Amino acid sequence: MMEITPAHYTVLSAALFSIGVIGVLVRRNIIIIFMAIELMLNAVNINLVAHSQQVENLVGQAFVVFVIAVAAAEAAVGLGIILAFYRNKETVNIDEMNVMRW
Amino acid sequence: MAETIAFYTLSVLILGLAVLVVTAKNTVHSVVSLVMTFLCVAALYVVLEAEFLAVIQILVYAGGIVVLYLFVVMLVNVGRPPEEHRDPRRLSVLGLGLAGAMLLEVAGIVAYSYSRSTSSVTAPAGPSPVQGNTEELGWLLYTDYLIPFELASVLLLVAMVGAIVLARRDL
Repeated sequence: MMEITPAHYTVLSAALFSIGVIGVLVRRNIIIIFMAIELMLNAVNINLVAHSQQVENLVGQAFVVFVIAVAAAEAAVGLGIILAFYRNKETVNIDEMNVMRW
Repeated sequence: MAETIAFYTLSVLILGLAVLVVTAKNTVHSVVSLVMTFLCVAALYVVLEAEFLAVIQILVYAGGIVVLYLFVVMLVNVGRPPEEHRDPRRLSVLGLGLAGAMLLEVAGIVAYSYSRSTSSVTAPAGPSPVQGNTEELGWLLYTDYLIPFELASVLLLVAMVGAIVLARRDL
């Protein structure tokens, strides 16, 4: 069997990112769209860690820590917005989320 | 050899579970698939010798973020599934086409960057006074990246305040 190179990890990362893009563009449930965004962030993290290991420099892993922090903040605020919207409009369908104020 | 087997097994699991996340009809099933995806990514970090990130991945993603998602899915109890609502102006096929174009674009970038990968970037790793993955990462975060690190904590504080304000009853 052939050896695993960073190219393998890049291909895995690209595939995972594309699945996330499909989720964002095709689904209508905003919670699932948020989960697809988390998938894309994870794809980027895999890429960063793989190349950080290849060049034997931990800066990539330090960046992943920041990406995870931003993802946590995004999930907290985003889900808060979803809850506030659901209480007012009784829907999680993005096609019906077409108002900027109420 | 062991790394090869681990990589292919985990790749198949990650991609299969990610497809389940995106395609599942029931949102709770989607969340469970998401947890499994995060755990497999954590295992991949262990294969890549990034043990600290593997632990962080499990604690923050599988432990924190996914629980948040589960709470929201349980609170947002939709009697009418959003997928039943048909908006005639919605162009899902176009979205799928755009995602496919995105995949082709990313594949093109990957192929291009590896076709001319003669000059391998060897970033000079500064001499680290400590040993071990966690120690070295902590050293980096508390010396070179101290200000971004503190800013990340401010960001988390702001996000916490914002989430509490948004979730208040009278909004």
